[in-house]
Amino acid sequence: MSADVHRIAVFGGVYSNHLALAAAITDARERGAQELYCLGDFGAFGPNPDKVFPLLVDADVKAMRGNYDDSIARGLDDCQCGYTDPRDNYFARLSYRYTYRKTSDRWRTWMGELPARLTLDRHGVRVLFCHGSPRQMNEFLWESATSTQFLTYLGREYEADVILGTHTGIHWQRRLPSGGVFANVGVLGRPANDGRTDVWYALVDIATASGGQPQTRVEFVPVAYDHERLAAEMREENLPAEFIETITTGWWTTCLEVLPAKERARGRF
Amino acid sequence: MSGSALPIEPHLTRFGETSEAPSVALDHLDTLWFQVTGTICNLKCTHCFISCSPHNHTFEFLSLEDVESWLTRSADWGVKEFYFTGGEPFMHVDLPRMLELALERGPASVLTNGTLLPARSLDPIARAAERSSYSLEIRVSIDGPSAETNDPIRGEGTFERAMEGVAKLLAAGFLPIVTATQVWAPEVDEEVRQAFVARLRDVGYENPRLKILPSLRIGREALRDRGYDEYEHVTAEMLEDYDERQLLCASSRVITNRGVYVCPILIESETARLGDTLEEAAVPYRLDKPACYTCWLHGAICSNYGGIGRDVG
Repeated sequence: MSADVHRIAVFGGVYSNHLALAAAITDARERGAQELYCLGDFGAFGPNPDKVFPLLVDADVKAMRGNYDDSIARGLDDCQCGYTDPRDNYFARLSYRYTYRKTSDRWRTWMGELPARLTLDRHGVRVLFCHGSPRQMNEFLWESATSTQFLTYLGREYEADVILGTHTGIHWQRRLPSGGVFANVGVLGRPANDGRTDVWYALVDIATASGGQPQTRVEFVPVAYDHERLAAEMREENLPAEFIETITTGWWTTCLEVLPAKERARGRF
Repeated sequence: MSGSALPIEPHLTRFGETSEAPSVALDHLDTLWFQVTGTICNLKCTHCFISCSPHNHTFEFLSLEDVESWLTRSADWGVKEFYFTGGEPFMHVDLPRMLELALERGPASVLTNGTLLPARSLDPIARAAERSSYSLEIRVSIDGPSAETNDPIRGEGTFERAMEGVAKLLAAGFLPIVTATQVWAPEVDEEVRQAFVARLRDVGYENPRLKILPSLRIGREALRDRGYDEYEHVTAEMLEDYDERQLLCASSRVITNRGVYVCPILIESETARLGDTLEEAAVPYRLDKPACYTCWLHGAICSNYGGIGRDVG
């Protein structure tokens, strides 16, 4: 990697998957990432939420607050995902109550003090880190449900060349007519509803090209981790069999109603 | 209370406090709706909030050229997605081409009663949906999990025809969102939901997508069940600590053959007509209609992911 390339690793929702987070931190460092970012949603879904935070702090990950963290920190009643389906709401509540109960006050305070957005300016490229979208922490930006003209508007409105978000759980990117990029970096918490057990994060290279024009490249990286061990920890914590099935099969079993047609059709359920 | 009740002015709450209807600004034009077949529908549902029928020409069809022109203009506004409604959109011979054009720009949704899905329309629409990287959502309205519950609302034979429509959509590669208006008692929601799932599985829809909407107590629905109570309207206090983006008027406008309206629910109200252009229509809207109360209560119910069950508090 040449000296004038700034490489960052960007992690999406961790969902208490401390094993995947540890594997991703190691992987990103091996790939030469100079900075690590995490876009929020540290808890949910997985076991023992408190195991995540020391990993973030020890690895000097620049962290920001997602809707889950916002809810937990403020003691809200739910995770602000906005489900209407009773089954989805049942699992979302169960997961939220477990995570709330198992997150210590120290880390609740810590996450409540995190910013809702971060920025980075390198080689003249303005990068904006957000959770859902720059304008709304819990906005779902799915590949098949987000027009390019809307992303162009966001870039203009929020004065960013590169916008990085998470929240949906499925990674994707789009190059914009302006030359900018939008990328949803995916999540470390659970697989991407693609039938494989790996989870995903994004490596972002910001460079000055030979003509002096800045260039940004986003690459998605699959992370293999000890998912069987995570499943065992989830069983020990009496988390739902439906969640464990997702970890061991790679297919989403819950919270499916918010998926648009194309993303839904790619899954098993 | 004794004696005759005093008439309550619309701007008074049940408890008599004065409260002007608050206004909601257009935060961003996320969604552009097309009243593509106006108020013309092959059915005459007893709960229709804009009283559509084969003969209601209050609003007429939009032309292909008009839709194309609005789609082009939508780029400047950064519109995120497009919705096509009516009336019954599949009555429009140009619907396939309109959807094809929309899907070149962004995701699209069609709200249909599912009883008219001729192959000459469905086949090109399915091909356009397959080609596009954007989702095309087809929402099929069915108001009960059986002919006995649905047909008194939507008309004789419509349950079977709509279920056949669902089967056709599945065969064409779609995962339709079956949309039911809550015309039953809320206590039996779960029972109705399960009955829906069972019937949809019978026609091969293994993991059905189901959306339950509250009824809008205007148009024909005000006569079928009841209109709004006097206290059912939005006051300024009700918007305190409320995320206004939950309301359709904060993020949408609807194109009709008679101009741009604030939302697809209120097109029969003259004050809901905001102008001839999007620029004119990008003004705050006063929530002075009782139907605004339903939207406030449940959050943008007309969008694909809203409906009963969502916590908007």
